[in-house]
This record gives sequence, C-alpha cells and structure tokens, in this order.
Amino acid sequence: MNAVTDPILTIRDLNKTYAGGFQALKNINLDINEGEIIALLGPNGAGKTTLISVICGIVQASSGSVQVAGFDIVKNYRKTRSMIGLVPQELTTDSFESVWSTVAFSRGLFGKSARPDHIEKVLKDLSLWEKKDDMIMTLSGGMKRRVLIAKALSHEPTVLFLDEPTAGVDVSLRKDMWNIVEELKAAGVTIILTTHYIEEAEEIADRVGVINNGQLILVEEKTKLMSKLGKKQVTLDLTESLTAIPSALCDYSLELSEDGNQLIYTFSTGGDRTGVTALLDDLKLANIHFRDLNTTQSSLEDIFVNLVEESS
Amino acid sequence: MNVYAILAIYKFEMARTRRTLVQSIVAPVISTSLYFIVFGAAIGSRITEVEGVSYGAFIVPGLIMLNLLMHSISNASFAIYFPKFVGTVYEVLSAPVSTVEVVAGYVGAAATKSIILGMIILLTATFFIDIQIEHPIIMLLFVVLTSITFSLLGFILGIWADNFEKLSVVPSLIVTPLVFLGGSFYSTEMLPPFWQSVSLLNPVLYLVSGLRWSFYEIAEVNIIVSLASITAFMLLCFSLVVYMFTTGYKLRS
Repeated sequence: MNAVTDPILTIRDLNKTYAGGFQALKNINLDINEGEIIALLGPNGAGKTTLISVICGIVQASSGSVQVAGFDIVKNYRKTRSMIGLVPQELTTDSFESVWSTVAFSRGLFGKSARPDHIEKVLKDLSLWEKKDDMIMTLSGGMKRRVLIAKALSHEPTVLFLDEPTAGVDVSLRKDMWNIVEELKAAGVTIILTTHYIEEAEEIADRVGVINNGQLILVEEKTKLMSKLGKKQVTLDLTESLTAIPSALCDYSLELSEDGNQLIYTFSTGGDRTGVTALLDDLKLANIHFRDLNTTQSSLEDIFVNLVEESS
Repeated sequence: MNVYAILAIYKFEMARTRRTLVQSIVAPVISTSLYFIVFGAAIGSRITEVEGVSYGAFIVPGLIMLNLLMHSISNASFAIYFPKFVGTVYEVLSAPVSTVEVVAGYVGAAATKSIILGMIILLTATFFIDIQIEHPIIMLLFVVLTSITFSLLGFILGIWADNFEKLSVVPSLIVTPLVFLGGSFYSTEMLPPFWQSVSLLNPVLYLVSGLRWSFYEIAEVNIIVSLASITAFMLLCFSLVVYMFTTGYKLRS
C-alpha cells in the first residue's frame, strides 16, 4: 500500500481583491503534491500571476490561507519562502550587475551560505558559464531569462514557480530549461508552471489546472483530462455525395460537410465504447460507401479553449 | 536572523558605490573643497571669528552635516526606489527576510557610505584649515546617528516615491533649505531675536549645533537636547519603515 503524503502546497479559500476593487482570485482551493509538475493554464489576466505572487509573498491575500509543507506563508514566512524559488514573468534584472554577482546575491538573500560550486553548476546547466562576468545589460532577452532561472535555482528551492518561463525565448533555451525541469523533478522538486504554450504543459505536466476570471475551473491529471474531455473525430470521404444524413443514422453524432462529400463522426475518448464499429456496420446497411477515412484527436489546447469559453 | 541576507544586501549596495565612485565620493569632495575656497578663504578672510572660532573652522560641522543629510537620503532612497522602478524588488519581497534585516542591509550600507563620506570631508577640511575636535566620540556618535536616521528617512522616501520627481523633491525642496537656514554657515546669534526663535523650529539646527559642540564646545542648543532629538527622530523613522513593511505600503499590492 502506498503511503499517503501530505501535499507540499495547500491553498484554501484564497481570495484577492485589489485596491481598485478588481477581484483577481475567487475562492481558490488547491492541493499540490510533492515532486509533481503542475501547469496552470489560463488566458491573460486570469489570475495566474496573482496566485503565484500571493504564495511567494509579493501580494497580500484578502482572505484564505496558503501552507507550504505545513507552514503558513504569513506566520512562518521564513520557512516557506526559503523553500520557494520564483522565476517571474517580466525580465526584471539588475542591469549593472554581473551574472555571477546577481546569482550569488540571490543565494545570500534566501539565507544560504556561499557555495560557488553550486552556482557554477547552475550557470553551466543554463549555458551561462561563459557569460558569468558579463554585465546583465549586455545580455540578450533569452540570456536574461536564463539569469532569472539561475537566480531562482541559486538557493536550491524545493518548490519552484515558473511564471511563463518560455515567453519570448529561443528553442535552445526551452530545451535547456525542460532538461533542467526534468532534473529538478527527478530530484524531488515540485514545479508549478504557468504557460501560454499549451503543448509544453501537454508534454511535461503531471496535472493541469485551468484558471479563468480568477476561478480555478478544474484541476486534473493530464492524462485523465485528455481522456475525459478529449474528443476524437472520424472523417469519412464518401464515394457519392449526400444531401442529408439518412434517418437510419440519426442516432449517431454525425455532421455532413457543406458539399455533402464528407461525414464527420465525433465521439468522446473517455467512453467505454466509441461506436465506430456500429457506425461502419450501419453505413454498410444504408448502402453508403466511403473512399477514405481519417481520425483526429483534440489536443490539450482544444480542451483548454473549450473550458475557458464555457466558463466565460 | 538571516545574516546571509543582510550581508548580501549590504555587499550589493556597497558594490554599487564602488561602481559610482566619482558620483559617490569624488563629487562631494570637490564641492566641499569649493565651499572652503569660497566661504572659508574668500569670504571667511573678511570675517574674523564666530564665537571664538575662525570662520573656516566654524563651517566644517555644517558642511559635514549638509553632506551627511543629502547623501544619506539620496543613497537610501535610490537603493529601494530603483528596484521598485525596474521590478527587481520582487526578490526582496519574496525572500525569507524580516523588516529589520532588510533595513539593516539597505540602511546600513547607505549609512556606511555617508559615514565614510563625512570622514573624507573632514580630512579634506584639514587641508584648508586647522581643526580641533574636543569630543571625538560624541562627534562620531553624531555622525553615525545622523547617517542612520537620514538613511532611514531616505528609505521611507524611496518606498513612498512613485516617480523620480518625488524622489528629488524632499532633498532639494525641504532638506537643502533647512540645512542652509539651520546655522550651517552662520551662528543664529547673528540673527535678530525673532528669527533666532524661528530657527529653533528647524530640526537641522539641533544636528548642526550638536556636531559643532563636539568640535568646539559651542552650541545653539544643549548637546543633550541635540542627542535626544536625533535619537527620537531615528526611532520615529524606524517605526515608519516597520509600518510600511508590515502593511506592505507601496510595496505589496
């Protein structure tokens, strides 16, 4: 029997209303397990960054509570913040500092003694070693993003927040970063990621949370989500065009293309039976023949778009 | 106590000073030298003595105080305003540091710079005039207390300011007039009785008077009153900083 472990991050009834009256978070409840990668998806202004900012201590919650490893983020802020690393969305760096000194500064700020070997490893992993003595203002946007990641990793966090970490970065950094994410996950680090690149979430996340208008619409294991809400379509290229769907086939969820040359059958990937075999039998009985058949499956992006549209 | 954080902030700020050595040290030394040339040599030669002290020597405490106040405020205000402006303040806000530790790092560095500057100005002054310091410990105490207090004030200003104009308003429109009208370059005894009384409302008068007492044992107000005033103001500024951090005023939305 597997031992049941307490979540590393527990969010209860969390609300945030800004001074202007805008409610950015509405009653958020979420448990995040140790060592998992959870992707928070949501359109711009959904509340993702506010949620991260509250947990990290940058924004004050209006009500509710957040615990990290059982410690309250307000009462035990030293414990919780020392466990957390944050890569912010904006490229906010100390322009006049060198790469090495700004990363070393972060480690000290988070209460860790100097460990040049660790900083060297982080910089090498992020392909920043050659730039360690360069002033940050001389670096490209992608390099600055690497510096922010290095700063967050400098103090060896056990919970890492990556707020849109791949926004505006090249393929090389993405690859480096996902390699590091894999390494961190293997080392037991919990990773909370927000991204607009849904294919990234689809590729690396264990669970997916969808936020819209400050509400957490759902949190689900990625595979279950794809299976539960994912759809598959079978498109049949007919040998003879139809003017309408025959009454014998009206029990199926069928669509006829405008030119009458294609029949499109949509079914849920989560169902026990797809109905495809029965459909093909009934088509034969109705004397409808097809030349070709192809299938498509909805991506996480399609699921996300549908969820957001439904909740809006 | 997160000592590593205090040291990280302190070193970071001191490194910034090393990068801007001309602005931080050379410029004030040159301007002070000019004060001595203009006030001490050119004008001072026509003023015999003020309260038994040569005019050049008389203005030394005032000049030190002027620099301590201006540079403490500008160093500390810029130290916190700039991270707010560029956004890097997120790191300090999300770090496991208390208000006292943040203040110790930023204000400690700003005050250190001011103290070093004060000592350099004192050294510069010795090239122009003979200076005697009757109470060096009290002098040092005044320099340290003033540097810490006005660095705290600068820190408050840096948190409060949301644009560069506000950042320069307090030093240029409030502190500079108060220093010039606070007996830095003259004795209030030279003023008519009414303006002598008005001068007592100027808090900088108490600082200049206290520092001058430590040099020459001449003072407009009692040294105990001067020390009590700067200590009380320091506590007030510290309380305000704690309030700002506790409530997140202009720091945490």
